[in-house]
Amino acid sequence: MSVTVYIPREATALSQGAQAVALAVGAEAARRQQAVQIVRTGSRGLFWLEPLVEVGTGAGRIGYGPVQAADVPGLFAAGFLTGGQHPLSLGPVESIPYLKNQERLTCGRLGVIDPVSLEDYRAHGGYEGLRNALPMEPAAIVKEVTDSGLRGRGGAAFPTGIKWKTVHDAPGPQKYIVCNADEGDSGTFSDRLLMEGDPFCLIEGMTIAGLAVGATRGYIYLRCEYPHAHDTMTQAIATAYAQGYLGADVLGSGRAFELQLRLGAGAYICGEETSLLESLEGRRGQIRFKPPLPALKGLFGCPTVVNNVISFASVPIILQRGAKFYRDYGMGRSRGSLPIQLAGNIARGGLVERAFGVSLRELLYDYGGGTRSGRPIRAVQVGGPLGAYWPESKFDTPLDYEAFAAGGGMLGHGGIVVFDDTVDMAAQARYAMEFCAIESCGKCTPCRIGSTRGVEVIDRLVAGDRAAMQQALLRDLCDTMLNGSLCALGGLTPFPVLSALDYFAEDFSKPAALQAAKR
Amino acid sequence: MSERKRVMIPIRVEPGSDLPDAERRVVLEAVQNNRALEGSLLPILHAIQDRIGWIPPRLLPLIAHELNLSRAEVHGVVSFYHYFRQHQPGQHVIFLCRAEACQAVGAVQLEAHAKRALGVDFHGTSGDGRYTLEPVYCLGNCATGPSLMIDRELHGRMTPERFDELIGGRGGGAGAGAGA
Repeated sequence: MSVTVYIPREATALSQGAQAVALAVGAEAARRQQAVQIVRTGSRGLFWLEPLVEVGTGAGRIGYGPVQAADVPGLFAAGFLTGGQHPLSLGPVESIPYLKNQERLTCGRLGVIDPVSLEDYRAHGGYEGLRNALPMEPAAIVKEVTDSGLRGRGGAAFPTGIKWKTVHDAPGPQKYIVCNADEGDSGTFSDRLLMEGDPFCLIEGMTIAGLAVGATRGYIYLRCEYPHAHDTMTQAIATAYAQGYLGADVLGSGRAFELQLRLGAGAYICGEETSLLESLEGRRGQIRFKPPLPALKGLFGCPTVVNNVISFASVPIILQRGAKFYRDYGMGRSRGSLPIQLAGNIARGGLVERAFGVSLRELLYDYGGGTRSGRPIRAVQVGGPLGAYWPESKFDTPLDYEAFAAGGGMLGHGGIVVFDDTVDMAAQARYAMEFCAIESCGKCTPCRIGSTRGVEVIDRLVAGDRAAMQQALLRDLCDTMLNGSLCALGGLTPFPVLSALDYFAEDFSKPAALQAAKR
Repeated sequence: MSERKRVMIPIRVEPGSDLPDAERRVVLEAVQNNRALEGSLLPILHAIQDRIGWIPPRLLPLIAHELNLSRAEVHGVVSFYHYFRQHQPGQHVIFLCRAEACQAVGAVQLEAHAKRALGVDFHGTSGDGRYTLEPVYCLGNCATGPSLMIDRELHGRMTPERFDELIGGRGGGAGAGAGA
């Protein structure tokens, strides 16, 4: 009887050697004349264990990792095809505490199914949400999403149902659904994991959105830095068309939904929704003034829903299990679950999907296991390059949009980047300004000019050149950027800069900087 | 009507007629395959760069002509996006991540090493024409950095030693280790 071996085809696993492992398993099985079926999956997001190889046995899926190609003959010798013991044994994968103690509402199929198999997707609850949505009135679908409490997972946390209602109510012969898959924030990869591990979930969520607001066309704007996600999504979209889940007549309902995948071209600013729309229209990714809101005048001037990958991917389960099921998770006004990403200098990096309310400390130490370097954690940056740097004293903050905002931070897309005590926070502050200068679209002055001036002021401050004056100048500049920029790039760059200055002031004075250089 | 001296109207050269045949064909095919798309310029530029590795400025008049855009509009788009190349790259392009998650695990040191090993700054091509070094702001491999991508192949937990192996393994050290 053939044994099924699951090996990821996901980018992080590949970067750790998964392709060589898959080839080695195939070759060794052939050499031993053992019937093995290799299924290439997404990743469960337990990255310190990648490449994580799973074997289907009578006792469930048994894991081994991190496996290198050279380990494969030994695994066969240890009888891993029947779950045999080996130094790399992890036991039943679902029982690994990191995974077991999660609430995977949106990411439940990651690493489990063959991402490009529609049969696999359906066998794991896929397209049940769409089947429920098809007979519903559009307004009823919108209400279900509103009642679930889902808020935009891209960073701005705007209530998804309210956005959809605006588009639903807007008149117009043509409306659009646009998925923002331009996941440019450092320390975030949940969009990528979902697209590589469960692409039909995104397609289903966007299709439901189309039904809800009366949009017949959709676009996924994917960043070009994600070639593996591009391959998986392309395959999945083609399959969905071939099987009648996309096209002029979705599942025989008489309603159309056409979906196209588009590639960005390496501009961080195109993750800003109006800039993304400009780019989709074939222009420079310069942001637009708001109003008008994209919900009223978006792509090609038509009413448009713009949501992040995880927002759309959370919709199928809401329609499958009901608004109440989803709303019962979470705290305060942050309902449901958030796929959190542990990144940077962290021992057990990866994806942790939990209901809102889990504390930063629990994530960093219980899940993450502290730093990869073994040194103490000195700072974390939550919410991407525009998020604040926080010291240990803030680690008890619960993951909740309001709690983070109250603490002067931003939960954003749920990425947490960890730094140990060798970090030079003045250098991080300088980088934040430099990044803004490189990626500014150039439309507004505070962002375009302010970022470059910011780098210069920080350089003078660190050099000890009239430090008090430079600090006052830097704060004044940050105030201008914060209040005067057109979008979040210029408007939020002051957060990492000022938080570094407020919480890690010692790094900005010359002696500390010299010490850091000596380290 | 009295006879006037005839004025020669200069005939405008058809855009693209001065291009090598192969390049002209690449542009026309890219336009042909994507023309029907809404907002077709980015897909067309991607198609061109996928085929010839960069977008030579001499192609812009033809692209603009085919899409009924001005050259300035096309140039504006090509020059806005970091990914579109206006200069010919080396045989392999290395995208080295500079973003925070990779900084937290040694990207700054790796960057310095890579520049030294290849003898180039960012956007530069090594003297032997093998490698072009480009910065990238996140490859989404943030829990197993520092990361780089070379020819669509992603590598994580990169160290200076592994970097040297990687570029050495592709045939030619490109002056690896020089000046270290």
